[in-house]
Amino acid sequence: MILVVVEHANGKVSKSTYEMVTVARGLGREGSVTALVLGSAVASVAAEVASAVDQVLVADLPALAQYDPEVWAAAVSQIATEGEAKVVLIGGSRSGREYSPRVAIKLNAPLLEDVISLKANGESFVAEHYTYLARVTETVEATGPVVVSVKPGVFAKGAPRSVAAEQFDVDLNLPSRRLQVTGKTAEKSSRISLSEAEIVVSGGRGVGSAEGFTQYVEGLADRLGAAVGATRAIVDAGWRPYSEQVGQTGKTVQPKVYIAVGISGAVQHLSGMNKSKVIVAINRDAEAPIFKIADYGIVGDVNQLVPAIIDELKK
Amino acid sequence: MRILTFLRQVLDAEESVHVSNSVVALENSKLVMDTMDEYGVEEALRLRESGIDAEIVALSVGPARAQDALRTALAMGVDRAIHVETDVKLDAIALSKVVAQVAQQEEVSLILSGGQQADWDSHALGAATAERLNWPQVTWTSALELKGDTLTGKHDVDEGSETFTLELPAVVTTQQGLNEPRYPTLPNIMKSKKKELRKEGLEQFNVTSNLKFTGAEIQVKNRLNKILDGKDVQGAASQLVDLLRNEARVIA
Repeated sequence: MILVVVEHANGKVSKSTYEMVTVARGLGREGSVTALVLGSAVASVAAEVASAVDQVLVADLPALAQYDPEVWAAAVSQIATEGEAKVVLIGGSRSGREYSPRVAIKLNAPLLEDVISLKANGESFVAEHYTYLARVTETVEATGPVVVSVKPGVFAKGAPRSVAAEQFDVDLNLPSRRLQVTGKTAEKSSRISLSEAEIVVSGGRGVGSAEGFTQYVEGLADRLGAAVGATRAIVDAGWRPYSEQVGQTGKTVQPKVYIAVGISGAVQHLSGMNKSKVIVAINRDAEAPIFKIADYGIVGDVNQLVPAIIDELKK
Repeated sequence: MRILTFLRQVLDAEESVHVSNSVVALENSKLVMDTMDEYGVEEALRLRESGIDAEIVALSVGPARAQDALRTALAMGVDRAIHVETDVKLDAIALSKVVAQVAQQEEVSLILSGGQQADWDSHALGAATAERLNWPQVTWTSALELKGDTLTGKHDVDEGSETFTLELPAVVTTQQGLNEPRYPTLPNIMKSKKKELRKEGLEQFNVTSNLKFTGAEIQVKNRLNKILDGKDVQGAASQLVDLLRNEARVIA
């Protein structure tokens, strides 16, 4: 069995889940693909994912209403053990990458982290992942069973199956929570989400101010139907919420086109966007590192150039 | 109490990466303490400065040169250092076995380490170490406070951030924004030369990596580098939009 731990939000299956199913199908003969849904009031999630996999296991429990690394690791390793899973696929989100090491240790299995490819080769698995702040692609090999976190946004979503998979409820022995969450600052945005967008417009210090960001970055994003991203520096400055941060400590994006406005291109930021298909840079400093990885760019004043580009797009 | 700060020596982020014979070549490159780990060292010092009676021990596992990073930690103010010297490349899961054993031998109640290694891009060490010790963990912290055995603070999650409370012992991973690491002063550098830096062998930890590293490759996507001069604002704007519409065909 190949176990896919379903990532979901607001009663919907996340794109990353379908990407993991693609990885599972790519392993071919390794066996049936089983989805595991963990959460509370997740009937809609289970029904939705049933169109993509061979079997759905559902743990719909109040105790699973909120993510916790120890609770998730215990649940996943219990199901993986009972089902003798050869491969456990976990999303490469921040939370997935946080609890997957615990699962690997509980199962005494190797961990393949944040993979961009995964192939079965006899009894072993060969994976590629990025290293050195996404500047190097490393190949690693491990003998199964393996625990794998899958980098979001790399794999395509497969076609749905004609028959919905059967659903089974599962019992879990869950540990008590030791990390007590006392408050949350969820940063909801009405915009299209960064990880799902085909076009991303991002801003850095070169936009001048929070107002400049709204005017230039959001203005351009609105015109293009794009998601909005930001650099660490301006998130730290409080101009933008953390949920928009792109880079080593924020999100990794791989859109069709990434437009960097007033971003010089620190290596930590580049590691979050350097796999974008087309990169566009607008910056005052011709020596800025962002231009080295740009397909298109303009050296000049953001204050003048962006309004002119927005006008041009209206034509 | 005793605090363990785990740190690694990595390529300076500003240096370019070179690969030869399918491995990243670090000769002739500037190597530094991983900045993510440096936030952990700084935070340990700040926790002590906030009035907690703590001994701070730095640990690194790696080749002989890794002692330079430990020397930096000692100069920042760490009390003593342990260097498990080995040329074997251990993945995070294997490495966590060494960290957990040292934590037990040293009877520490708090482990600090970076949220993501700048060379492996791995997030796994903190959680893996916590699992081996059966301790709770909190990752990607941006604020920490310790009162007695109760740790409170703020950390980043998938969307947004959370405030939390946690009883020690625990593993905490650190990141940019948690603090501003200090530079070692000359008197502290001089003092640090007298501090203990204990060498250990890897054999006693009974650890092998379950991962075989078979290749490394720098994949440079060829970029077009069509950079326009923005002095003519209208001209450049119109040319860029034309290129994106009709050449790259990425916007409507």
